[in-house]
Amino acid sequence: MESNRIEKRIELNAAVSRVWKALTDYREFGEWFRVKLDGPFKAGAISRGQITHPGYEHVKWEVVVQKMDPEHYFSFTWHPYAVDPKIDYSRETPTLVEFKLEKTTNGTLLVVTESGFEKIPIDRQLEALRMNDGGWAQQMKNIEAYVAQGG
Amino acid sequence: MSLKEGSAAAKRHAHAPIFAALGDETRLSLLAKLGRGQRYSISQLTEGSQLTRQAITKHLRVLERVKVVRCVRCGRERLFEIDHQPVEEARDYLDRISEQWNQALSGLKSFVEAERPD
Repeated sequence: MESNRIEKRIELNAAVSRVWKALTDYREFGEWFRVKLDGPFKAGAISRGQITHPGYEHVKWEVVVQKMDPEHYFSFTWHPYAVDPKIDYSRETPTLVEFKLEKTTNGTLLVVTESGFEKIPIDRQLEALRMNDGGWAQQMKNIEAYVAQGG
Repeated sequence: MSLKEGSAAAKRHAHAPIFAALGDETRLSLLAKLGRGQRYSISQLTEGSQLTRQAITKHLRVLERVKVVRCVRCGRERLFEIDHQPVEEARDYLDRISEQWNQALSGLKSFVEAERPD
């Protein structure tokens, strides 16, 4: 089981095709995500833009679109929380953001995950640490509990 | 996505290496030992390990660099102890990203549900 990641599940009262468009049409994405994108998303290509969230207009948006499987799956890699223009985030390992869409009776189940905060699955690390009663193990359990509940 | 306080950037910068530093079994076993709450010398940490003193020292340096472990001098001896703070901060960092997703997705929900085809 992979537990070192953020996972969000949200039920949307809208058709899969509608959600897909909101996620992958660059103008629509920009509306709800609050970013002004330079152009359409394209698998394998860099997407650039400018955050429009009030107070953060100086923050640049730059992600690499990974996969676009219509009405099923959309993913990109990026540097989360890259808000300081003085820091070169490009040298850090990016995280992977994935959107998975599933049709439900009421509309769409959207599962969003962000992974890659470290290189090996944290559960293996937790397993190693759980064997100890020390405070460190407790801290790691806190993280585990946190990631397990999906934030 | 809401981007909160600017200082978060600096913090974020410090956290990624923590996650990376933890991605190694030797370092994790060192932390597991140090997590018992005592101070250990390099010799004590090398004991029962397949690794050389030199290798253990190298791993301790990595942990020291991300400030999960600190070195305290006790007379002529160097002792190592764990610091829990950075891990808590790393968790807070994940917390903030998670909260950003909550906000972004609630924005998405309003957006797609606002204009129903019927």
